[in-house]
Amino acid sequence: MANQVMNMQQGYRIGRQRQEQINRTISYIILAILGIMYVFPFYWTLVTSLKTDVQVFIFPPQLYPPTPQWANYIEATHYIPFWLYMWNTLVICTFTIIGTVLSCTLVAYGFARINFIGREVVFMIYLSTIMLPGQVTMIPLYIFYRKLGWVGTIAPLVVPAFFGNVAYVFLLRQFFKTIPQELSDAARIDGAGEFGILWSIMLPLCKPALATIALFTFMGAYRDFLGPLIYLSNQQQWTLSLGLQMFKNMYGAQWQLMMAASALMMIPMIVLYFLTQKTLVQGIALTGIKG
Amino acid sequence: MTVEKIPIRRAQFDQVQRRTLLTGLLFISPAILGFFIFTLFPIVQSFYFSFTDYNILQSPLWIGVQNYKNLLKDEIFLLSIRNTLYMVLIGLPIHILFDLFVAFLLNTKVRGLSIFRTIFYLPSITPVVAGAVLWLWIFNGKVGLLNALLNWFNLPPVGWLTDPNWTKPAFILMGLWGGGQTILIYLAGLQDVSTELLEAAELDGAGIWAKTWSITLPTISPVIFYTLVLNLIGYFQIFTEAWVLTAGRDNAGVGGPGNSLMFYAMYLYQNAFQFFKMGYASAEAWILLVIVLLATLVLFRTSGWVYYRGEQG
Repeated sequence: MANQVMNMQQGYRIGRQRQEQINRTISYIILAILGIMYVFPFYWTLVTSLKTDVQVFIFPPQLYPPTPQWANYIEATHYIPFWLYMWNTLVICTFTIIGTVLSCTLVAYGFARINFIGREVVFMIYLSTIMLPGQVTMIPLYIFYRKLGWVGTIAPLVVPAFFGNVAYVFLLRQFFKTIPQELSDAARIDGAGEFGILWSIMLPLCKPALATIALFTFMGAYRDFLGPLIYLSNQQQWTLSLGLQMFKNMYGAQWQLMMAASALMMIPMIVLYFLTQKTLVQGIALTGIKG
Repeated sequence: MTVEKIPIRRAQFDQVQRRTLLTGLLFISPAILGFFIFTLFPIVQSFYFSFTDYNILQSPLWIGVQNYKNLLKDEIFLLSIRNTLYMVLIGLPIHILFDLFVAFLLNTKVRGLSIFRTIFYLPSITPVVAGAVLWLWIFNGKVGLLNALLNWFNLPPVGWLTDPNWTKPAFILMGLWGGGQTILIYLAGLQDVSTELLEAAELDGAGIWAKTWSITLPTISPVIFYTLVLNLIGYFQIFTEAWVLTAGRDNAGVGGPGNSLMFYAMYLYQNAFQFFKMGYASAEAWILLVIVLLATLVLFRTSGWVYYRGEQG
């Protein structure tokens, strides 16, 4: 009797293992198909960018460029002032990163480590603003910047970064809270002020978190479209996002050039991903953790 | 914590507290200033503008609730609400379920996890405009990749961006491609699920569905809720992708065929920055604010399914 039960359990376990093997194979197949579908648009960008203007319109499309037209890339950077727009984009990104990292560090430290009266209430109010749709402040801010003479400059795109970003303050605050209070207390006994503690104790320990914020900020600014669309009226100041949209409207049928320009615009992001993969993946995992 | 037990004089205590308060406020001052300058003041101001006729050049003229009345009769506005709700009620659940599905697949200890992670994540960091231009090409009705695929299966071509019945499914498809960041968030959550708990359940004879339903899903429910809230707010503000897909030269064609891709934020932008109807657009913004707050409230009120570890007995 007992033996029978044993056999049944064993058979059950073998069945379970086989079942798991089958499950894994099925998920592998589905993932492979989905993976190809996710990658293919990138491949398609590359293929199209290397075709001639005639080959682009052949149907059904050729899945590879017969003779790669690398010159398309050079031509694409002439059609729009690509490098100028790249420079403009990077300038905005740089100032945005500086502002965001500086302000978020100070604010997050205040919320995480200085135990002042009403801190939790203020933080909750601050945090709740993350739910406000940007549209509700868009128009008055435009009018405000107009009065300051900032419309047509990059100021409206970078100055707000110096006043904190709710999501990143939240992320940094979580990080600061994990650092043992004893470290701060020891420094305090040695006569360090709050700013000294932040600078010499917290920041060295928080480099990964700061890197994450800098990275996310960079990506946000690099990809932004609505902000530049509203504020950058002068073509000389346009960003890549704005430039590509204009390119699309002017030379709509030149798909090989558009794909070349798109590819050139994607490359920095892709390179950045591979350089900072670890920080990025951890950062994303961090954003998903409920505090 | 033990401050009260130490016998110090009240004045002294107040002084310490006041100094802490001042230091604290100093540190968070960027946020406080930012809150007033970039959030609170503009919101109040936009509420005022919403009751005025305002074209920027002349000062605002008070017209009462006229903007709101006109909006309710504005067919494009009503359509933009319908289109946006379509995305929130149909696009968002598809997005969440699909990403969950992929995350579950990735969590079955498949080989090459980091490669798959890269593949699913990369589209979500490509510049939005570049991605939209790419999909514009893939959706091309005559020589696009998707119609070539249909042709390969001997299926008739589809007007992905020209047939109003197909534009929104096409838009959702494109959104799935660019939304892989959520997959990574779910995967991180899934990797947090206690293996001990799963093994214990397995010993008790629980199958894969039982384990998923009573252990895995409850464990990651806070993560699902978090992505649901943030994506909900994001879906109400869809702009760039649809703008790039539909806006042609001099912004002709915004909204696509039959305005089937005219979303709330797009019409609002048009009213504000193309037609310079700042008062009208402000009324739109305030209606959006109320809708988003209500929707978030509903989410929080119906969040009984979210299980927080350690908070329940």
